[in-house]
Amino acid sequence: MSSLAVYVVAAAAVFGVGVYGLIVADHVLRKLLALNMMGSAVFVLMVAVSGSAQGRPDPVAQALVLTGIVIAVAATAFALALLVRIHHDTGRVTLSERGDDDD
Amino acid sequence: MTTEALAGLVFVPLVAGMVAMLLPARAAGVLVIAALALVPVLLWPVTLAVWHGGPVLVELGGFGPPLGIVWRADPLALSMLWFTALVALLVSLHALAGFRPETAEGRRFWPQWPILIAAINALYLSADLFNLYVTLELVTLGAVVLISVGSKSVAMIAAMRYLLLALMASLFYLLATALIYGQTGTLDLYLAGERLQDGTLAAAALMLMITGLLLKSAIFPLHMWLPAAHGNAPWSVSAILSALVVKASLYIVLRVWFWTAVGIDTQMAATFLGVLGAIAILYGSLAALVQERLKMLIAYSTVAQLGYVMLLFPLASTAAFRGVTMHLVAHGFAKAAMFLAAANILRALGHDRLRRMTGIDQKLPIDLAAFALAGVSIMGLPPSGGFLGKWLLLEAAWARSGWGWMAVIVLGSLIAAAYVFRVAALSMFGSGRAGRVEVPRTLASMTALALALVAIALGFAAAPFFALIDRGLPPGMLP
Repeated sequence: MSSLAVYVVAAAAVFGVGVYGLIVADHVLRKLLALNMMGSAVFVLMVAVSGSAQGRPDPVAQALVLTGIVIAVAATAFALALLVRIHHDTGRVTLSERGDDDD
Repeated sequence: MTTEALAGLVFVPLVAGMVAMLLPARAAGVLVIAALALVPVLLWPVTLAVWHGGPVLVELGGFGPPLGIVWRADPLALSMLWFTALVALLVSLHALAGFRPETAEGRRFWPQWPILIAAINALYLSADLFNLYVTLELVTLGAVVLISVGSKSVAMIAAMRYLLLALMASLFYLLATALIYGQTGTLDLYLAGERLQDGTLAAAALMLMITGLLLKSAIFPLHMWLPAAHGNAPWSVSAILSALVVKASLYIVLRVWFWTAVGIDTQMAATFLGVLGAIAILYGSLAALVQERLKMLIAYSTVAQLGYVMLLFPLASTAAFRGVTMHLVAHGFAKAAMFLAAANILRALGHDRLRRMTGIDQKLPIDLAAFALAGVSIMGLPPSGGFLGKWLLLEAAWARSGWGWMAVIVLGSLIAAAYVFRVAALSMFGSGRAGRVEVPRTLASMTALALALVAIALGFAAAPFFALIDRGLPPGMLP
């Protein structure tokens, strides 16, 4: 297997595990970890795919991944803050079904 | 001049949001409204330039692709920018009348709201796939922050559910961007379109991208998060979400489909998307018909109305494109009017249960009139903007002998009429008398009415709108 294929297969596997975790996990923190795994998989793929094109590292792809990491950090921080609020208000850490019609 | 004006579209609201954080709530509100009033002024020279000279391109900081970022203002982007600017201004007035400055809501809303507008404006101007990703993520975060400015835990949980799904959707989009960049070596929407070769990889990338975007736009069957999030958001925020935020991701779908995926055989996928749209129209309308709460009814109506946009993919003609752009804009105004009127009714009654609002036609006549007028556009009665949009879609379906599509469009309008009349009937002739009524501020009612009137007036102002749209039709459209 070429080195590119190793990265691509690894990225696909990690992305898949992330999607599975996001859907199956009950605890919101686990869902957030799963989302971050999906993000990492995309970043690996981006660097791997662009690096192999010309035989030397592609600065554009690296800049994109860096930006992507910043966005992922910000989004995760915000989601965690929201989770803390929900836990503080309701004492729950899951999003289980409940009627959405109380005023 | 146009370069500065374009930059101002993003930076004026952004700076207003930053400064608003430092000010007390009432002053922040006034500052934000002043900044948002400046946006149409900045749009005017850009519109003139596009009208006379075609799309305006700006290379930010003087760096072109592939390293730099390009903004592109074309007729489609401009019509969305104008629509966003006008809705934002009226919704801000409504927010000023309703968010009490002494509450946490009042303090949290004003800094966040113009930042969302800056993100939406930047999204409409972006011309490369990664920049669209960044702005899409900003729009999502901004929208979730606005849902959670209130203190209701139901809204908080709806916000969290929306955030998790939206972040997943963004990653689908980003994965597709990585695949396209890997094949084409560019992120530019148009350059990537020229270089993208039809094949498994392009098809997979397109599928991932469209799936992610449809999840964000709440297109059936990926709509399940929308009613809870839009139906439970505080005060004016529901209007912002339903009128502005879902349009942003739909806009990217149109961009990618008609400008980037030009060399890819998408005929089967187009029919599939059309069928999803048809199901969305029928399912959303029927679900709206059986709701018990006014805001949930309006939220399901959004699910249905977004379905009409999907009919553009199988019809793909000039008439359909004109119809869909008009529909997008008219629906935005009408839906904002409906949600603002619903917010006023909710505030006045202390609840929004349809079976306990009889008599509001006497006590809240302006709000009910705003709802009904917006309903005229939603159900597509002439002379409203909603009528023109649906009529052009019917015309496009007729030209293609698409009898099935025509039946869906007509049926959707009929059911929409049923749920609008149900609200009107229950508020006039029902048996559940409304209890205590606190008449809302006149400004709050007037903004709802103004938005509804704009939705109607679009039917009369259609000529310049279509003249603008015709200057930037996507390549390869049937006449």
